[in-house]
Amino acid sequence: MTTVLEARHIDKFFHKPVEFHVLKDISFTLPPGEFTSIMGKSGCGKSTLLYILSTMDTDYRGELYLKGEKVTGQSNSRLSRLRSQHIGFVFQFHYLLSDFSVLDNVMLPAQKLAMKSREEIEHDAMEKLRTLNIEQLALKKASQISGGEKQRVAIARALINSPSILMGDEPTGNLDSYNSENVFQIFKRLREEQGLSLLVVTHDEDFARRTDRILEMEDGRIIRGN
Amino acid sequence: MKQWRLILGIARNHLLTKMKSTVTASLGVTFGIGAYITLVSFMTGLNQLLDDLILNQTPHIHLYNEVQPSKEQPIDRYLGASGDLAQIRSVKPKPGQLKIHDALPILDHLKADPRVLGATPQLRAQLFYLSGPIDLGGVLLGVDILEEERLSSLGDYLVSGGARELAQSDNGVIMGIGLAEKMSLKKGDRVQVSTPGGEAFPLKIVGFYQSGIADIDNTQSFANLETVQRILGKPSNYITDINVKLHHIAQAAPMARELERQFGIRARDIVEANAQFETGTNIRNLITYAVSITLLVVAGFGIYNILNMLIYEKMNDIAILKATGFSGGDVQLIFMSQALLIGLIGGVLGLLLGFGLSQLIDSLPFETEALPTITTYPVNHNPGYYAIGISFALVSTFFAGYLPASRARKIDPVQIIRGN
Repeated sequence: MTTVLEARHIDKFFHKPVEFHVLKDISFTLPPGEFTSIMGKSGCGKSTLLYILSTMDTDYRGELYLKGEKVTGQSNSRLSRLRSQHIGFVFQFHYLLSDFSVLDNVMLPAQKLAMKSREEIEHDAMEKLRTLNIEQLALKKASQISGGEKQRVAIARALINSPSILMGDEPTGNLDSYNSENVFQIFKRLREEQGLSLLVVTHDEDFARRTDRILEMEDGRIIRGN
Repeated sequence: MKQWRLILGIARNHLLTKMKSTVTASLGVTFGIGAYITLVSFMTGLNQLLDDLILNQTPHIHLYNEVQPSKEQPIDRYLGASGDLAQIRSVKPKPGQLKIHDALPILDHLKADPRVLGATPQLRAQLFYLSGPIDLGGVLLGVDILEEERLSSLGDYLVSGGARELAQSDNGVIMGIGLAEKMSLKKGDRVQVSTPGGEAFPLKIVGFYQSGIADIDNTQSFANLETVQRILGKPSNYITDINVKLHHIAQAAPMARELERQFGIRARDIVEANAQFETGTNIRNLITYAVSITLLVVAGFGIYNILNMLIYEKMNDIAILKATGFSGGDVQLIFMSQALLIGLIGGVLGLLLGFGLSQLIDSLPFETEALPTITTYPVNHNPGYYAIGISFALVSTFFAGYLPASRARKIDPVQIIRGN
């Protein structure tokens, strides 16, 4: 079976305030249906790596393949499309559009992709919300719900286009243990029920230990788990 | 592929949630455009009034015989090419008749010309108005009053009594108001006029004429062409002036030259007659445009500022949209459509405001001795200004929105998300 994501010899530099070599020759592959976590100390480059893998950051050297297709060097609009089709992203902070309703927030990426009619998208969005037990919030404004609920809405949004891989940048970093556990269970269920690949950057060792594979990073290199 | 419904939906949400900024920005446009419409309508209305005041008294082309010395004196012919120098002192004008030769065929010729809207004959008679022991010198114009009313604005200056009454009366006269006041004459009174030859003739006053220009009102009266011909004892082909009105005023000058060559009489066009007036009009128009453009540019800068602020406030939203699959172009379109919506709403309200204000000005009383037919301030409700207003609102909001929107396009979502 093909890999979901493959990174080949990725190097990344920060130019400001001083020249800094953040990522050094990173290569690894992600098989489908695997729950992978990336661990490491603050500043080791794990978030930077994640943003490169998510195709949002294009300023790097090396090559990146998404489901066998080379994404390095593609145009911005093409990248936007690939990203919304194949990658779901959950941030540490929820990053919802606070002036829109929960349902709108979940629907927007699918409306942009425009592969389905509005009715289908709305139906899908309600489905996702129901899976995450927050369908009763659908019509509330995103600014009116609690932190744990926001993170679940963000997960629903990440899932709306049925991506091949779900990425998370410390998705539980801002949540209490109850909500963290909740998010972890959701991730686990998604992998088991839908065969989704997951790639999560985390500081939480308990969280990482229960994933299939831990990539440990130090000073811009993967030192363990590859 | 552009999804307009989605993009406009997001733009609408941004505008509605930032109601205060939206209203402020729209009001900026509204006041700019409203002030522009009001100002330009009022100023061009005033300009039009001033132009009409003078220009309506002047026909597009005026044909008459001018008293002037011969260009070629008899001695010149005698000397010919001999090379001798002739010096003539005290050159006198050439004697000739004021009557236009073959006036009726010329009139027919002019009326058949496709460039001509109409041509009217006039007979200008110098005579005296008799009032007791006093003789007041003046001019009596014999006209075809119904044609004059159709072609010139003469009708606008007739007070108490109209053209029709004159046309139906055999010995009627429309007197200059100043002249009538001097002689304490009322409508229906009789007045005696006498020719330079001394023959007196009674006329009945059917109305008054008030042009607002004292020199004219104090000396000039109107009567039917036939009446004046009878007073002077002249036949019905005796005509001293022909006024021509054209379809297009721009043709006046070339056509006047053409008529001079063709008929050998003096033809004075409207531009020649009012050269200094054109200059004044141009300068007033220049001022109007300078002020309007300033107003519109100020409104444009207001929009620019507010959109910049809006984008600064929506930095997170932009990053989120980009992270969830929206391209830079989409984000730019979202903000451009916000700018244009502000321009459209503000512009339309501005047109309404401008229309309301100019209607208000139009209804304010403005009464002046000089302009008998004007009762309110003049306003030019030209739809063209409304078209310019709304176009400028859209164009200026487009440019004001373009810079902030292209900045939003370039925002790097990673920097915003990681910066927090």
